[in-house]
Amino acid sequence: MVDFGFGIVPSSRINLDLFDRAKFEALATLEPDVRKCMACGSCTAVCTAGTFKATSLRAAIEEIQNGREKKALEMISGCQLCGKCFMTCPRGINTRHLILSIVKIYGEEK
Amino acid sequence: MIYEGKQKIWSEYQKEIPDDHYFYVRSCIRQSFFPASEATFLEITRNRLGKDIFETEHHTTCGGIAYHSDAIPQETAMTIIARQFGLMHKYGYENYVCSCITSFGLYCETLETWRQFPELAAKIADILWKTCKLEFAKPRFIVHASDLIYHYRNEIAAMARHRLVNVHTGEPLKVVEHIGCHYSKMFPSKGVGGAEYPYVLAGMIEAWGGQVVDYPERRHCCGFGFRQYFIKANRGYSLSNTYKKFESMEPYHPDMIITNCPGCPYFMDRWQYVIAEETGKTYGENGHGIPVFTYEEVAGLVLGYDPWDLGLQTHQIGPEPVLDKMGIKYDPSRKYLGLKGKDLGMPVCPGCIK
Repeated sequence: MVDFGFGIVPSSRINLDLFDRAKFEALATLEPDVRKCMACGSCTAVCTAGTFKATSLRAAIEEIQNGREKKALEMISGCQLCGKCFMTCPRGINTRHLILSIVKIYGEEK
Repeated sequence: MIYEGKQKIWSEYQKEIPDDHYFYVRSCIRQSFFPASEATFLEITRNRLGKDIFETEHHTTCGGIAYHSDAIPQETAMTIIARQFGLMHKYGYENYVCSCITSFGLYCETLETWRQFPELAAKIADILWKTCKLEFAKPRFIVHASDLIYHYRNEIAAMARHRLVNVHTGEPLKVVEHIGCHYSKMFPSKGVGGAEYPYVLAGMIEAWGGQVVDYPERRHCCGFGFRQYFIKANRGYSLSNTYKKFESMEPYHPDMIITNCPGCPYFMDRWQYVIAEETGKTYGENGHGIPVFTYEEVAGLVLGYDPWDLGLQTHQIGPEPVLDKMGIKYDPSRKYLGLKGKDLGMPVCPGCIK
């Protein structure tokens, strides 16, 4: 085989049909506000923990919706529940409560 | 959606294409990749259809390659473009037709920038006069060469000697149409059919008897992108885009692919060899790839030009399966002869794909 010095890159496509949405529905039942997030990133911008560790509620919600639960839990594992994101959220989401609910539902296996 | 609403949206995606009197500018790279395509465009429009298509040896690149590779700023590209428009004005034309999709996108971008920032247009006009002594002008109509062939598609169909039909079965050939991204994805109103439903190539295919293949990744980029192939480390990304498209179209068993961009036919043609070399997979019948053509080459085949005069011997994927299906006679011994019988030399043909 000829070595071209480059090759076909594996697809990064996400197949939303391949993961179980039951947990997300359970989260949405407990925390309907999760559907309100418009991914503006205000929560991430003001995050104190984000200064020291990759912490982003915006990214965590996106990861959950794409079926990458572990990555989502990583993105909120540094949260200190200070509540600055709650104060800044333009959609009025109770972010602190949402983070606790995510950990409660997705962190069960931990 | 109500019917009237759909009609209104569709009407916004129609494009006025003047019938005659154009100033023509060539692409930087097409003459190397597909050497007869632009000559065929001029042959068909001038000699077969009797249109006034003017070109001058004084025109240059539009600067698109350098602009999209971040080698020159937008103002520099604008000045180059202003010079092209200045030449058009100097020779008494107001309709502008370009061969390259990248150029077409950049012309649209430049005209829109001048519309939004007239002070910038004035600055460019000043620079143009100081450097070239040419008068600043904007084209009244700007079209891509595929728009013109689309505009003339029915006249070409009326003169056709061959159709996009399998002469053995009577079935229409299954044709994949691939539109260059810069044709209408940036400025949907500038392309026939907009960004979502570009009709420029589909219209040709239908007029010439073929059947358009609709497949999931139909509007996906071919992977050309200057930044992706200029740097070797990024070429895997370019290759992967083409791979994704071929994997998507494979179940529909297309007979051929038509494109209207300089880079798309080149990469969809050549990457098939690389995919075959790396994975052993071919997408055509009996170890063949899927032949990829420019719209001028297909128009030439339909009008009965000799396949080797159309430069089809320069393709990586041999066009013979399509020629056989269309019932086009060709002389295999003339395949590697150029103009006036000049021997082009026999290339080393890979064993993994035909």
